[in-house]
Amino acid sequence: MSQGKHLPSILVPHHKNTSNLETVVMPVPDVVKICMSQSIGAPCKPLVAKGDHVKVGQRIGDTDAFVSAPVHSSVSGTVTDIVQSRGGMGGMETLIVIETDKKQEVSEEVQIPHVTNHAEFVKAVRDSGVVGLGGASFPTHIKLNPKNLDECDVLVVNAAECEPYITGDNRMMLEQGQDVLDGMKLIMKYLNLKKGIIGIEENKPEAIENMNNLIQQNGFDDIEVLALQSRYPKGAERVLVYEATGKVMDAGVLPAQLGVILDNVSTVAIIAEFFKTGMPIVRRRITVDGDAVAEPKNVFVPIGTQIADVMEFCGGYKKEPKKIVMGGPMMGRATNSDENVTMKNTGSLLAFGKEAAEVKVETGCINCGRCISACPFKLMPVIFAEAYNRKDVERLQKFNVMQCMGCGSCSYICPARRPLSFVNTLAKGMVKEATSK
Amino acid sequence: MEKQKFHSNLIVSNAPHIVTDADTTKLMGSVLLALAPAFVAGVYVFGARVILLCAVCIIASVGFEWLYNYLAKKPQTVGDLSAAVTGLLIAYNVPANFPLWMAVIGCFVAIVVVKQLYGGIGKNFVNPAITARIFLFISFAANMSTWPLPRMAETTDATTGATPLGILAEGGAGAKLPSNMDMFLGFIGGSVGEVSALALLIGGAYLIWKKVISPIIPCAFIGTVFVIALIYTKSFHMAVFHILAGGVMLGAIFMATDYVTTPKLPSGQIMFGIGCGIITMAIRLFGSYPEGVSFSILLMNICTPLINRWSFKRYCAGGANSGK
Repeated sequence: MSQGKHLPSILVPHHKNTSNLETVVMPVPDVVKICMSQSIGAPCKPLVAKGDHVKVGQRIGDTDAFVSAPVHSSVSGTVTDIVQSRGGMGGMETLIVIETDKKQEVSEEVQIPHVTNHAEFVKAVRDSGVVGLGGASFPTHIKLNPKNLDECDVLVVNAAECEPYITGDNRMMLEQGQDVLDGMKLIMKYLNLKKGIIGIEENKPEAIENMNNLIQQNGFDDIEVLALQSRYPKGAERVLVYEATGKVMDAGVLPAQLGVILDNVSTVAIIAEFFKTGMPIVRRRITVDGDAVAEPKNVFVPIGTQIADVMEFCGGYKKEPKKIVMGGPMMGRATNSDENVTMKNTGSLLAFGKEAAEVKVETGCINCGRCISACPFKLMPVIFAEAYNRKDVERLQKFNVMQCMGCGSCSYICPARRPLSFVNTLAKGMVKEATSK
Repeated sequence: MEKQKFHSNLIVSNAPHIVTDADTTKLMGSVLLALAPAFVAGVYVFGARVILLCAVCIIASVGFEWLYNYLAKKPQTVGDLSAAVTGLLIAYNVPANFPLWMAVIGCFVAIVVVKQLYGGIGKNFVNPAITARIFLFISFAANMSTWPLPRMAETTDATTGATPLGILAEGGAGAKLPSNMDMFLGFIGGSVGEVSALALLIGGAYLIWKKVISPIIPCAFIGTVFVIALIYTKSFHMAVFHILAGGVMLGAIFMATDYVTTPKLPSGQIMFGIGCGIITMAIRLFGSYPEGVSFSILLMNICTPLINRWSFKRYCAGGANSGK
């Protein structure tokens, strides 16, 4: 299967240095700090208290809020503290500090779920704690429970992995390809979807081949692989929906409203794993790379591990780290300290030395229009920047600033090094504020 | 609890954390490189004085920009090479025997008056090199229309001659024009950098290949000149003559593609290129000057905000969000 029409995109260096490195399990660290805000929704309330003994897979945080997912312990050990600290999402959050006993005893709560219908399936997915592992961390069970379920007919699995450096999804498809297909089959079965599409960028030929072989071996003729151009940002939700189905997805619209269920490939595979073992999401495959890392690796990291522990497992820093990015270099978040901990949505940890970490000096706009031709949604970042400076909300709205998804293509391509993508984010905030009054 | 030493003073900045190598300096460097074949052709055709002229113009332009920034206490911008490009283009737009002090005045007009007084790079509304050329043309008309002969010229007693367009304007249909092949290679009289269409096309192809410029404006500009010439003269030979003569190639490839002063969107760029072509041919065919490329680019530069306004509206209405 190949594509028809394409949205504008840019070429970014791939840096897929770790794509051939099999995922290794790192030893359990001495201490983990598990953040209660692991999803885009409401933070969880701790279900354990200081001094409690916890086991692997035990539910330690949950909430009644609609948009939420429970949090489970990734280790066995003792809760030594519950602190307010800066978490992976950037704000002050509740962290449960667990001193590990290294025994990794599995909790009695870990039971293989038995489901017979859609409602039970959705509940089981919520129990697994799975959120969008591509980075957005939207609770998956909500995506699998759309209001217009009977209008949905296709499952699109996002395995584009268009961000540079990250190879976790590639490894997932090579190491756990069967889980990916089983997860897709589960979702397609309970949501009554007729077709499954796995979108993979062409720069992962081994993954494409492996998935095609597995599809053939299993005789799944309702699942197919869609080879995507190796360009950025083919893995953005709205871009992938268009490339896979030809449907135009506006900002603020969920894929389900267009009849599409879209999930990240790792999300899908973790669901399959949960239905096979009953183990909720307690660890995650993380690509550790960047020019300051001695031995770049793909590592299974318990959720809540401090970045410094992961780096130590990867041979430590070969030069003084000046910037550490959680997630890909295009949309990931720079963290202020390697004392911070990994999250469910941490797909990669990239440590950069002085030169790569340097923030480039902004110079004057030369009106080249590259930001306009780079934008997948044909927006005009250069106009947004100008209107934002004049606080011209009307102009921002007229040129559809709210359609920006923050992919960063405009900032990447700008020869004057202007932080256009960031200004778009500020401009969206300005419009939101003005329209909510 | 901790034996480890953490790195807690990391740089926190907004995504994306990587940027393209192609910054303003790289783009301007590519333009300089693309102008090199025309430099070689100019030196070959008009001799070593071209080297001196180009060097003086580049040094003067960079110097004026440096001095202006220094005196105005602004961040130094000479490193982006845009002043060097402007300087070289000014040298390309004057005759090879042009007095150096006049060229320096042209550089002053381009860099200080047109560019820096309007706010520096990206803020000028007309192309500095084009404006300087017109300024010099009006101020020093005699020097700007005394053309040294190319080394291939057959006469031995004269040192200056006319450009092909000059011959055409004065002599009408009966004049002896150089062959189109000589004009393509550049064995004709004219400004330093504009004579060799071949050299300019090599540079243009490089810029298009490197995606530094889009081919839209050059194609629209040259295409329009060709079509109008074809319709007016009803001669294929004369249509080719018109695109090879004067500053069409230099203007279309290197000056009508200046990012700052031309439309941002493809739809606007088509309008811009066609407009340049029409004005150029109107001046050549009906005006009192033999050549109109620089005036056409200047006038279309002035129209650019209007064209942008029109094309932005149109682009926005046809954007992603309205269903492609």
